Amino acid sequence: MELFTSLRGWLDERVDLEGLAALARKKTVPSHRHSIWYYFGGVTLFLFIIQVCSGILLLFYYRPGEDTAFESIRFLMSKVQFGWLMRSIHSWSANLMVLAAAIHMFSVFLTKAYRKPREITWVSGVLLFYLTLAFGFSGYLLPWNELAFFATKVGTDIAGSVPFVGGAMLELLRGGEQVTGATLSRFFGFHVALFPAIFTVLLAVHLIMVQRQGMSTPIGHEKSSEETPMPFFPNFVLRDVLLWLIVLNILAVLAVFFPWELGVKADPFAAAPAGITPEWYFLFMFQVLKLLPSHVLFLEGEVFGVLVFGIAMALWTVIPFFDRKSQRGQQGRFFTYVGIAVIVFILFFTILGWVML
Amino acid sequence: MSDSTSPSKRRTLQMLLSAGGTALLAAIAYPVIAYLKPPKLSGQSVSSVGLGAVDEYAPASATLFRFGEKPGLLMRYQDGSFRAFSATCTHLDCTVQYREDMGIIWCACHNGKYDLEGRNIEGPPPKPLDEFTVIVKDGEVHVTES
Ligand code: FES
Repeated sequence: MELFTSLRGWLDERVDLEGLAALARKKTVPSHRHSIWYYFGGVTLFLFIIQVCSGILLLFYYRPGEDTAFESIRFLMSKVQFGWLMRSIHSWSANLMVLAAAIHMFSVFLTKAYRKPREITWVSGVLLFYLTLAFGFSGYLLPWNELAFFATKVGTDIAGSVPFVGGAMLELLRGGEQVTGATLSRFFGFHVALFPAIFTVLLAVHLIMVQRQGMSTPIGHEKSSEETPMPFFPNFVLRDVLLWLIVLNILAVLAVFFPWELGVKADPFAAAPAGITPEWYFLFMFQVLKLLPSHVLFLEGEVFGVLVFGIAMALWTVIPFFDRKSQRGQQGRFFTYVGIAVIVFILFFTILGWVML
Repeated sequence: MSDSTSPSKRRTLQMLLSAGGTALLAAIAYPVIAYLKPPKLSGQSVSSVGLGAVDEYAPASATLFRFGEKPGLLMRYQDGSFRAFSATCTHLDCTVQYREDMGIIWCACHNGKYDLEGRNIEGPPPKPLDEFTVIVKDGEVHVTES
């Protein structure tokens, strides 16, 4: 105890622990009937931390390369103690993270929490979300199995159909004209070095903004005095921790009872097998691409699709700057309908993709 | 001190500084971009491949083969004649296959369909499959770029 007190004193003199504690005591979280949505950002963060930890562990056995990637994961899953579990956790946690991030993003959208002064938080958050998808896409290829091989071929070919810069982008992504071992090396580099570096910076911006501005209260709930704000510490933190524990349990159940499969090793000179699908979160785009006719207007179907999705994603990122009404703190229906339309569109084509598999 | 610097001197300094900065950025960016662009390998550009004896291919069959880095599809028709196509789907790059039961060339990725002459007939593929030239000489099949 003596030691603890003196250690605390030593630290306090240097990093002003008291100040931090005072900050934590003062911090509150708005409390209203939409408060539940505040938790999904934290859940996403928690899953990201799990991704980092399990990813580092996987790195100890994974060997990138056309002749080693698949084999090293087979070895990991069959010989290494709990190897199957680590991989299963990494895959499941990745999927849950995309889900949690999506819920977080759409709830922020529908409660208009992106409005002034939180534009930076929104933009960094959307970029983090896109980066999460990029993590998913690059990680999907790493086991070098058949499904991933063709999904990557299709995915990078879509990038290649972007007008003007497509060709260069395709080469940059694939490390050549075709999907080969060179692609695998690049995706590995993206997945474990480049993306984590960018993610960390964006995440720091995102969290600092959230910390400095506190959480947004939905329009129309600011003055509701019937509910007092909840202290961040310990009330909110404890709830957060409880939820994290629940998520951890869900993750464990999924990872143990539905272990992630490895599939068949990729053969670049075999025909694409039936049942090629991307991860579920790309399914709606996949389904739309499948349904687009080969030509729309004067464009090839895929070029049209890629342009529409690209523009939509860019607009989504900067939406706070268009929503003038919410900037002024007024309630508006238009952007709520936009959000609902986007959600319905994604759900509809995801389900359609699911049943048409 | 700064008051004594004449505006023209300041402008010159500013120009030098920004020119220097730009040059520095370019000197870093150019090698990095060039580095990221994968070099062309000599083995990549194949202009013809030999595919063995004619009798290895049954009539009304199809075989995938390697054409450099790309997959090709060698078709042998009922009448014994050959044609070869690039097996790369013109939609989004998947590898197509011959479906005997459907009598077509099929792409599993988005259910693209080509007839046996490689013409896109259904689904998303926007163009027919690229075709190679097949040369049969001394009972051996050769495929070259057309
Ligand atoms: S890649 Fe062949 S149909 Fe889409």
